[in-house]
Amino acid sequence: MTHRWLSSVLLAPLLIGAGPVTAAGLAVDLEVPRLRVAEYHAPYVAFWIEREDHTVAAPLGLWYDDQEKWLKDLRQWWRRTGRGQSAPYDGLTGATRSPGTHRADFTGLPALTTLPAGDYQLVVEAAREVGGREVVRLPFHWPVQQADTVTVTGSQELGDVTLTLTP
Amino acid sequence: MKPSSIAAALLALLVLTPAAQAHKRWLLPSHTVVSEAQWITVDTSSSNDIFFVDKPFPLQGLSVTGPDGKPAATDNLLQGHRRSVFDVNLAAPGTYRITLMRPLTVAIYELNGERQHQRGQDPQSLRNALPKGASKMRLAEVTSHLETFATVGAPSDTALKPTNKGLELVPATHPNDLYAGETARFRFLMEGKPAAGIEVSVMPEGTRYRDQQQEWTVKGDDNGEISLTWPRAGRYYLEATYSDELAAHPDVDNRRIQYMGTFEVLPL
Repeated sequence: MTHRWLSSVLLAPLLIGAGPVTAAGLAVDLEVPRLRVAEYHAPYVAFWIEREDHTVAAPLGLWYDDQEKWLKDLRQWWRRTGRGQSAPYDGLTGATRSPGTHRADFTGLPALTTLPAGDYQLVVEAAREVGGREVVRLPFHWPVQQADTVTVTGSQELGDVTLTLTP
Repeated sequence: MKPSSIAAALLALLVLTPAAQAHKRWLLPSHTVVSEAQWITVDTSSSNDIFFVDKPFPLQGLSVTGPDGKPAATDNLLQGHRRSVFDVNLAAPGTYRITLMRPLTVAIYELNGERQHQRGQDPQSLRNALPKGASKMRLAEVTSHLETFATVGAPSDTALKPTNKGLELVPATHPNDLYAGETARFRFLMEGKPAAGIEVSVMPEGTRYRDQQQEWTVKGDDNGEISLTWPRAGRYYLEATYSDELAAHPDVDNRRIQYMGTFEVLPL
């Protein structure tokens, strides 16, 4: 099962290398908060880009521990895109992350390079076993005209979530 | 049925009304939306309190249709003192339909000036079992049709196809794609034809912990279609009844089919 995310992680730099030199950058810095709870499991996290009508423009990534049983708990991701997929899931997949700030760089993903111009929202959803669930949305315009960052702070399962856009 | 007995049949509808005040009957699946193949377990009971068990419901008429349209595996069928239970193997991606049918014949009669009713399997055995002095007997075919749905992965439609027998719910909105605040559309068919104007009542779970039933009713349009906007996440009990004088058995005065569905609505 491990090879699934390994292959994606290894593939990512290749994709960046293979992409056009002008590929606009889209990266997310995400804080997994440290929680004082008796039983802690790192959250499953999903990333995708949605249109204004909430339909999915591009699935971007998924952090999970290869237990498909719990994927339905990422309720919105599951409904909007996950349930129509099977492993390997679209975008960059990887293992869950422990508390701290982690970067997910989606620059050069094929789904991004083919994304039509328009207004979108980056959606980040986190769900934690025996814990809570939280969804945050970060609006942006594509393609990127000038370098910009958008930050939203979660209240429970997510800390600061910052979207960094580079033209 | 003889034309002269239409008035009697109409009377029978009235006479048989008390039997409609039976307990609610329902299936309650442990899971309805899952992300990998697995067994689920289903409780079934006849109770006033949604969804708390009271009396067991017989499992003889159980059938589960898988995403391929074929029967799916069940296991551990048990009739307990307060509820019946069984497991269903959701072995493949797609939607499963879980149906529990119970056809009965019911005799309504008067004895010593009081109205009585007796359930049985067929008209003749009911007649034979009628106590001495019983009068004004009417017979009805009463079918309980319990149903619920569960899906592995993406919802699919093969198991949802109507059989064009009895009273059926044909979902325009997939029954495992229901979300709080959204509106679902369901259509009712009777013997494959639109159940125009059918009355449907809907109740959110948890009656034990509140003062009011909070049920609401909607009426089907000419196409037998209803719209339901889910006020909140949770499981809902839906009941629709169809009755007429077209019972299959010549000795029976009317038929009544009750569809009782359980739907899980998820938070967005």
